[in-house]
Amino acid sequence: MTDPVLATYGLTKRFGAVTACDGVNLDLRAGEIHAVIGPNGAGKTTLIQQICGTLSPDAGRIEFLGHDVTATGAQARARAGLARTFQISALAMDDTVLQNATLGALGARGGAFGMLRKALDDNNLRSVAMAALDRVGLADLATMRTAELSHGQRRQLEVAVALALAPRAFVMDEPMAGMGAEGSHRMTAFLDGLRAEAPILLVEHDMDAVFALADRLSVLVYGKIIATGTRDEIRADRAVRKAYLGEDA
Amino acid sequence: MSREGLINAALLAGLVAIPLWAWAGDEPFTITLATRVAILALAGVGLNIALGLGGLVSLGHAAFFGIGGYAMGILASHAQAYDPIMESPILIEGTKLMPVIWIIAIVAAALAAVVIGALSLRTSGVYFIMITLAFGQMFYFFSISWPAYGGEDGLSIYLRNDFPGLNTLDPIQFFAICMVLLLLALWFNARLAQSPFGLALGAARQAPRRVETVGLSPFRLRLVAFVISGAITGLAGALFADLNRFVSPAMFSWQTSGEIIVLIILGGVGRLCGPVAGAALFITLEHFLGELSEFWHIYLGLLLLAVVLFARGGIIGLLAGRAATHD
Ligand SMILES: Nc1ncnc2c1ncn2[C@@H]1O[C@H](COP(=O)(O)OP(=O)(O)OP(=O)(O)O)[C@@H](O)[C@H]1O
Ligand SMILES: [Mg+2]
Repeated sequence: MTDPVLATYGLTKRFGAVTACDGVNLDLRAGEIHAVIGPNGAGKTTLIQQICGTLSPDAGRIEFLGHDVTATGAQARARAGLARTFQISALAMDDTVLQNATLGALGARGGAFGMLRKALDDNNLRSVAMAALDRVGLADLATMRTAELSHGQRRQLEVAVALALAPRAFVMDEPMAGMGAEGSHRMTAFLDGLRAEAPILLVEHDMDAVFALADRLSVLVYGKIIATGTRDEIRADRAVRKAYLGEDA
Repeated sequence: MSREGLINAALLAGLVAIPLWAWAGDEPFTITLATRVAILALAGVGLNIALGLGGLVSLGHAAFFGIGGYAMGILASHAQAYDPIMESPILIEGTKLMPVIWIIAIVAAALAAVVIGALSLRTSGVYFIMITLAFGQMFYFFSISWPAYGGEDGLSIYLRNDFPGLNTLDPIQFFAICMVLLLLALWFNARLAQSPFGLALGAARQAPRRVETVGLSPFRLRLVAFVISGAITGLAGALFADLNRFVSPAMFSWQTSGEIIVLIILGGVGRLCGPVAGAALFITLEHFLGELSEFWHIYLGLLLLAVVLFARGGIIGLLAGRAATHD
């Protein structure tokens, strides 16, 4: 078996008395979608923050592409090829859709160089950004102000910015949150194809999407992974049914 | 051209036409007022790059304005006294040449901005406002207690500095110099806003987490913006001192910082010609209300309150509507 693209070992994070992340071992392999599911407050976002470097763990280790990145900052991890989408959209609302995607293209280039040329006159940047928008279906809205996008469209734009980075792995925090059935279906189909480009660590509440997409699943409850396995294994797991899926299934 | 573009063009045309008209009618005082507008607008363009584009509310830009002023004062006073600034290890003499003074003012202000920015950009919000204010005050008290260059009394120079081929003592010619520099700064600001750097800086203002997650450093973007901002305000300081042929600690005072911010808020934060509109209004009010009442600042305060409460985009926002997004 090849080395995982991304892996955590014994990752632990406490907030006072709350252990939001409790000895988490997790890996993401080339070509797969690995879904992390768990009830509200289970620690999914906390896990993502540590993986992406915006929160430092109290204990444990994170490896990305074979390197220990535990002490590396968020920016350096992004430059190394780790792309994140946020649970709550983090976009430049006053800028256009295209400008937001261009920011991703600037990231891929490694810096915001140039003070006198127009960013959008740079054919390279523009084509990377437009290609990303096109793929998520926002090309027609390129010149719209981001604040005017619907909630679902903002989720799509989040993904487009990540695409423009041409990353080695995606880490997505609830990309379908609040999208509606139609949008969810399209996003599901899109992510399905995306895994061939770069593996996806997918945190998601939408169980239809998760069970349609995930090669493997990990179930997080109170900061602990209580099970990891294929869809069938997870469906059959007693502890999971009891702790989590019980309500749903 | 967009509506805002037309308004900007009209505003700048007016700022050129009024002194020309005053020149034809031989009213040098009006030309001087217009020159003040151009210089304060230039200082505002500088701050607007940090404030409008970068979202950095600096209440310490008087530091850069004063550094520019003192750069002029120190260089020119040594030159007029034929007294070198330093003899060993190398000889450094003063100068009366504006372009040299400008470059030194810009470099000195930029260096100060690197230090002030590197320290204060670790903080944000109210802390950032406070720490920049503190730095400004530091320069203020330093200038007061520096007797070699006039201390509290400030420093006068006899003649305005020279610009090759021009008679800088002629008000309209000095106005032309200031106006050209203002136009250059506006041109630069307009380009910067749409450049890759400006795009990333604007994003760092609106969604810093996003900028980090594409691998760019909000801190570095802001620091570069702060330095550019300080440098432009420093240049304005050198011109301001040259206009008055006088520089004093007042240039470093927190009131000066406040005035530069106020004129941007009046004109429109983040709007290209916001500082121009704001400076024009500010000088007009100062001139006319100042004649009516010593307490004209109270009226200014009320106006400021009205703008903050009812016209967030300032004069430009009122006339042109919401800022256009670039295609
Ligand atoms: N900065 C913080 N300070 C204190 N407690 C925190 C902090 N961030 C998260 N927590 C706590 O840690 C636990 C895990 O939160 P987290 O946001 O990671 O959950 P989540 O699984 O992403 O939930 P959701 O499904 O609602 O997004 C919660 O109990 C939360 O209250
Ligand atoms: Mg969450």
